[in-house]
Amino acid sequence: MHPAFSVIFLTTLIGAGQGLFLALYTGQLYSLAQLLPVQSEYFYALGSIFALALLVAGLVASVFHLGRPERAWRAATQWRSSWLSREVIALPAAMGLILLYGLFHYLGWTNPLFVVSATLPVDITLIVGALATLASFVLFLCTAMIYASLRFIKAWHSPLTVANFLFLGIASGFMLAAALSAYMGTELVAFYGTWAVIATLLGGVSRGSSLYRNSRFRCKVDMQSALGVHHAQLHQKAQGFMGGSFNTREFFHGKSDAFLLMLRYLFLLMVFVLPVLLILFAYLLESSRLPVAAFVIQYIGLVMERYHFFTEARHPQNLYYQSMA
Amino acid sequence: MTQLALVIDLNVCVGCHACVTSCKEWNTSGWAGPMTDLRPYDADPSGTFFNRVQTYEAGVFPHTETYHFPKSCLHCEDPPCVPVCPTGASYKREDNGVVLVDYDKCIGCKYCAWACPYGAREIDEKQRVMKKCTLCIDRITDLTLAESQRKPACVLACPTNARLFGDVHDSNSAVSVAIREEGGYQLQPEWGTKPANHYLPRRKTRIQIHEDELVRADNPLKKEQLPTPEAGETLDDVAW
Repeated sequence: MHPAFSVIFLTTLIGAGQGLFLALYTGQLYSLAQLLPVQSEYFYALGSIFALALLVAGLVASVFHLGRPERAWRAATQWRSSWLSREVIALPAAMGLILLYGLFHYLGWTNPLFVVSATLPVDITLIVGALATLASFVLFLCTAMIYASLRFIKAWHSPLTVANFLFLGIASGFMLAAALSAYMGTELVAFYGTWAVIATLLGGVSRGSSLYRNSRFRCKVDMQSALGVHHAQLHQKAQGFMGGSFNTREFFHGKSDAFLLMLRYLFLLMVFVLPVLLILFAYLLESSRLPVAAFVIQYIGLVMERYHFFTEARHPQNLYYQSMA
Repeated sequence: MTQLALVIDLNVCVGCHACVTSCKEWNTSGWAGPMTDLRPYDADPSGTFFNRVQTYEAGVFPHTETYHFPKSCLHCEDPPCVPVCPTGASYKREDNGVVLVDYDKCIGCKYCAWACPYGAREIDEKQRVMKKCTLCIDRITDLTLAESQRKPACVLACPTNARLFGDVHDSNSAVSVAIREEGGYQLQPEWGTKPANHYLPRRKTRIQIHEDELVRADNPLKKEQLPTPEAGETLDDVAW
C-alpha cells in the first residue's frame, strides 16, 4: 500500500494523545491509592491540554486524507458496520471527555461527591476520567480495527495489529508524560518512565511478532485465481493503459527493498531501543531533558513504524498490475 | 431477488477496447458528471475508468496463448466495499443487486478501495469521490429506452458479443445458461465475496479424426489400389 502521511500522523498523534491521558489518569489513581504523591491540579490540566492538542492535531491530519472533508459529518452514520465510522464517533467522544477532565481539574472540582466504603473518595474528575479511559481504549480498538478488519490485506488482518496500536500508543503517551513531568520537575518521572518502558517492551514483542509473521506468509490468492486461468506460467502484457492510474498509485509503495530494510532497522532502533536507554540514563543521571529526547525520538520512530506498516501490506488487487509491456 | 451481472467470454474477447471507450463515452456524459482525465495529452496521463481491458500471456514462446481480460466491478453478492463505508455512500441496490456509490455522500476516504480485493474502484481526482462501474444504471433502468437498448454501454459496443448481460439469479436467463453450460467462473472465489460477474473460459474446439476416416474406402474416383482384374472373362467382357 502507498503510505498516506495523513493517516500516519493521525494514528501516531492520537495514539500519543490517548496514551498521555491514560498516563495522567493512571497517576491520579495511584495517588488516590496513596502510592504516589498527589499532583497539582495544574499538572493534570496541562497534561490534558497536551493530550487534547495531540488529538486535535491528529484530527486535522486526517482531514487531508479525505477528498471531501466538508461532508465528513456523514462518516458518523454507519457505526453499525464500519470501524472507520466508529472511529469517527470515538475520537470526538474521547476529545470531549479529556477536555472535561482537564477542565474539571483546572477548576479544582475535586471535592468528593461521595465516598465508597469510607475509603475511596469519588470526585467528578475520577468519573469523567474513567469514561475518558473507556473512550481512549475504544478509540485504540477502532483505529486498529480499521486495518485489522480488512481480511484481504493479510499483513494487517491480525490481532497483532490491535496490540501494536495499543502498546505503541500507550508507550509514546507515557513517554510524553515522563517528559512532561521531568520538564515540570514533578516526582513522577520514574513512575511514568517505568510504565513507558514496560509498554515499549510489550509493543516490541507484538511489533516484532507482526514483522516476523509478515515476512513469511503467502497471499491466499494468486494470478491463476485472479484470472481464473489455470496455467502455471502467466505473465501480464498490458494493464489497459500506458500511464498510471489510481490502482497503480494507491496500492504500491514503490520503495526498494534496501530502503525498507533500512527503515525497519531505523524504526526498531528509534522506537524500542533508544527511548528505553534514554529513560534508563535519565533515571541514572536524574536528567530532566533526556525523557523529552526519549519521547521525540520515539515519536519520529513511530512515524517510520507506521510508514513501514503501510508498505508491509500487499493488496490482492496488485495481481492485476504486475507489469506493462 | 434479481442480481444483474455481466458474463464476459474470454473465448471471444479480442481486446479491442471498444467496451472501454463506449463505457467512458456514455458515463462521462451522463448524469453522474464527467469521469475526469488528468493530463490527457501530457507525459503522464491518468484518468478515471470504470472498465479496463488487460492482456495476459500464458505459457512460454512459442507455446503461448494471449488472454484479453476485461476488468470492471464484479457487483459481488457479498460486497466487502459496502459495510466498510463510513457514510453509507457505497450501497447495493435491493431491487437489482447493482453495487453503486452515491457521489453526493462519498467523502473520498478511499477505504472502500482498500477493502475491494479486485481493485475495481477508482477515485476521481477532480470530483474527489470514489467511482466504479454502475452497470450503466441510468440505461438499464430507463423504461423510455427500447428493451434492446436497456443494456450497459459496453455490452452494446462489444463487436464480438463477448459481453452478456442479464440476471444471474434467473436460471433461464441467457447469462445463467452461459455460466451453466460454458463453465462460467468467478474471480478470486477464495474470499467468499461471491462476485455476480462471471467469466467464461477459453474453449478449444477439437474433433477426433481417425486415420480410416481420412480415406474413403469405396471412393469411385480413387486411382490408387485399383481393383486388380479378375482372371478370366466377366460378363462385361462379353461382346454381343
